[in-house]
Amino acid sequence: MKRYFNTLRIFWSASISAEMEYRVNFAMAAFSSVMTLGGTLMMLFLFYRTGYEMGGWPWRDALAVVGVFTFLEGMQATFMAPNRTRVTEHVREGTLDFVLLKPINSQFWLSVRTVSLWGVPNIILGLAIVGFALTTRETPPTLAGLASGLLALGLAVLMLYSLGYLLSTISIWYIKLYNITMAMQALVETGRYPITAYPGAYQAFFTFVLPVAFMTTVPARLMTGRGGTEWLLGAVIVAGLLLALSIGFWRFALRYYTSASS
Amino acid sequence: MPTVQADNLSKTFHVADKQPGMLGTLRHFINRSYRAVQAVRDVSFAIEPGEVVGFLGPNGAGKTTTLKMLTGLIHPTSGSVSVLGQVPFKRRPDLLRQVTLVMGQKQQMIWDLPPMESLRVNAAVYGIPEDEARRRIDELAEMLTISDEMTRPVRKLSLGERMKCELMAALIHHPRVLFLDEPTLGLDVNAQTAVRNFLREYNRQHGASILLTSHYMADITALCDRVVMIHKGGLIYDGRLAGVVNRFAPFREVKLELASDADESVMARYGEVESIQGRVVRLLVNRDGLTATVNRLLSEQDVTDLTVSDPPIEEVIGRVFDDGEPGDTDEYTTGADSV
Repeated sequence: MKRYFNTLRIFWSASISAEMEYRVNFAMAAFSSVMTLGGTLMMLFLFYRTGYEMGGWPWRDALAVVGVFTFLEGMQATFMAPNRTRVTEHVREGTLDFVLLKPINSQFWLSVRTVSLWGVPNIILGLAIVGFALTTRETPPTLAGLASGLLALGLAVLMLYSLGYLLSTISIWYIKLYNITMAMQALVETGRYPITAYPGAYQAFFTFVLPVAFMTTVPARLMTGRGGTEWLLGAVIVAGLLLALSIGFWRFALRYYTSASS
Repeated sequence: MPTVQADNLSKTFHVADKQPGMLGTLRHFINRSYRAVQAVRDVSFAIEPGEVVGFLGPNGAGKTTTLKMLTGLIHPTSGSVSVLGQVPFKRRPDLLRQVTLVMGQKQQMIWDLPPMESLRVNAAVYGIPEDEARRRIDELAEMLTISDEMTRPVRKLSLGERMKCELMAALIHHPRVLFLDEPTLGLDVNAQTAVRNFLREYNRQHGASILLTSHYMADITALCDRVVMIHKGGLIYDGRLAGVVNRFAPFREVKLELASDADESVMARYGEVESIQGRVVRLLVNRDGLTATVNRLLSEQDVTDLTVSDPPIEEVIGRVFDDGEPGDTDEYTTGADSV
């Protein structure tokens, strides 16, 4: 375990120093996330100005959903997207062999090998919005609600990771899979607003088929006291299943890779 | 116990066949036909501790497939492999800590950072403490004469320097078994020599077993006493390097210097003309009739100088690989000339 932590520390310090080589990028990323966020907030504001309540969510609570969404987008850009791109590269260039011959779990290596600082502005902004939404609403959140909401947020990160890893595993068969990040982006995009704002069929799809509802709406729901423990339990089950699926599917893919590749 | 033991190793791939054109594409989509390609067939050999073995074969002979089976990256269709007494395909961490694979065409170094960073990553993965890692890096860098380049980004290093770094990354955990696939590919002569000397020194210091593939015969002749040759997936020779010429070249090279410019049609009467450069002729003459042919040459031609030698090993091996037809490998017996 200690070896894994140590490896992680060196992985990240190496990739951060690689990112630091390009300083302008970071400033650009910060600028672009402020602009995107501004757009989203403007949209929400336009809706709520007229007194319309999106899916039964008041302004502050919908803001919390936007905060969670922005946070997840930041987590995705920081920790997940750069690693997903590399899995595809490893398969295409044949350097996956180097990873498989290391005495370390290959999924661990491929999931945490790099971090990119580009998403950090979104992580900070997202948390700030959630904080703002919660502290300025009429009834402040309860401690239990806050704790279960944060737990659900952690589970949401796990779900997002597992779904992304499932998708990048497919590159073992279809090497030209450059659009995983786009697909994941589009997927999370639907979580930008409270899920109850969508028509019934969409709600069902994004809750039970693609668990986007569990990623953004549920953490916000729990934090704002709009949902009970059944939502948290649901999030635990969904996250657990997705993680197990991503591990199982990766093993299956490796069995294929090692019997069919030349 | 041998370090590496391969018994009747075979690998068959199923590849989809597709005819060109739109019709072919359609047919390929609806009713895909597969063809079995046997990449490696019944290959057996063993490598003893500390031995350096050259692994030769033309492109597509099955060398890389065999190396991948030996390292556990692909599963053999039939036959068995053991490396240090373990089944490599299980890729157990305690075995992985003792083996390494270097691929000349592929690199594991982080492109934008100095080699030091990649080496630290590998040291952490293998659980080598930082001070010990630093000591090993210094030692390897000194052996490879690359100490001054350790702080420059990899992208700014020359191909030779990058290969040296790859070797450091592959050897930082002091493996006992090295699988080297074309480690000198594309390097200039000086860098090739440096890599060779380094491998010889590593082998001496650590008693490591090495299986080396290379298209440069100089690598093989410098490092390997023994070679294993495969062709079209089958083993055709396993024995001493020096034995290759006796086995496969039933001819010797006669180099002549004549008093006047040579005529190719005249020279062809004595043997196979390899080259004519003005007055200098290189002929391949069958061993059986060598004495008679040399006598005829000396009496019939105005010869000022004559030397007889074994043909260059590259040429012999090149001929073996050129001549072989699919399925004719059985005519060669294997193992008879083993060391």
